Amino acid sequence: MPLALAALAAGILFGLGLAVSQMTNPAKVLAFLDVAGDWDPSLAVVMAGAVTVAFIAFRIAAGRSAAPLAGGSFDLPTRRAIDTPLVMGATVFGVGWGLAGLCPGPALTALLSGQRKAFLFVGAMLAGMVVYRFMSRGRPAED
Amino acid sequence: MENFTPLSALVGGLLIGLGAAVLLLGGGRIAGISGIVGGMIKPPSGDHLWRACFVVGLLIGAGGYALFAPDKFVVQFDTTAGTVAAAGLIVGYGTQLGHGCTSGHGVCGIGRLSLRSVVATALFVAAAMITVFITRHMMGGL
Repeated sequence: MPLALAALAAGILFGLGLAVSQMTNPAKVLAFLDVAGDWDPSLAVVMAGAVTVAFIAFRIAAGRSAAPLAGGSFDLPTRRAIDTPLVMGATVFGVGWGLAGLCPGPALTALLSGQRKAFLFVGAMLAGMVVYRFMSRGRPAED
Repeated sequence: MENFTPLSALVGGLLIGLGAAVLLLGGGRIAGISGIVGGMIKPPSGDHLWRACFVVGLLIGAGGYALFAPDKFVVQFDTTAGTVAAAGLIVGYGTQLGHGCTSGHGVCGIGRLSLRSVVATALFVAAAMITVFITRHMMGGL
């Protein structure tokens, strides 16, 4: 199975899962984050289901003779340190997630609604990614 | 908790996990959306095709469901355009600085029992909950 085909199939399943669980709706995500309001724990159930399947997949991948069907080897993260960029980045991301109720996946699927705010968010998100690239230029390549 | 939808949340979550499993066992890659998208704005290094395929698939999967059940595919923004733009900017920057988002750290990272990802997930969930508390309950909404 070529990598591109695996990525397409994976994307379809992932997008379907986001839509079925309504994680594509920022109002639903904010209802999870609003613990002092009319709390909706759905997102925690989504995470539990997704993590369980991912855990099994990583166990299979960790097997001795395991290799990706597309060939090559597993391209897994190598960083282990709980460092300042991780802490700062995760916190900053969390603030943005809490402001609009959108993280990168649902931001992309929100474009399907055709709403101006969805395009505004994705445009700004890409700009934020470019700003990071620009600011981290000259530093040793991290990834 | 009248809006709690445990069944669709479980089914959707299993599908998301399956998507991550297919990309891992099929392609050897991590289904982290901020990493996949972030990698596309770097100079071409020969790995743009699979990233684009994943994003196209994401839109096909969600779009297919939207066609099948249009009344269930709701995208409701509760915030002003200015807040949405500011949120997008810091989500883009923060996910690159912290090397991951809800999918990369949350689903895949916790799935591979990475302490780094557990810490990142705890931090962004806590930061988001505090942000919602401040904006909704102390400032009356943005």
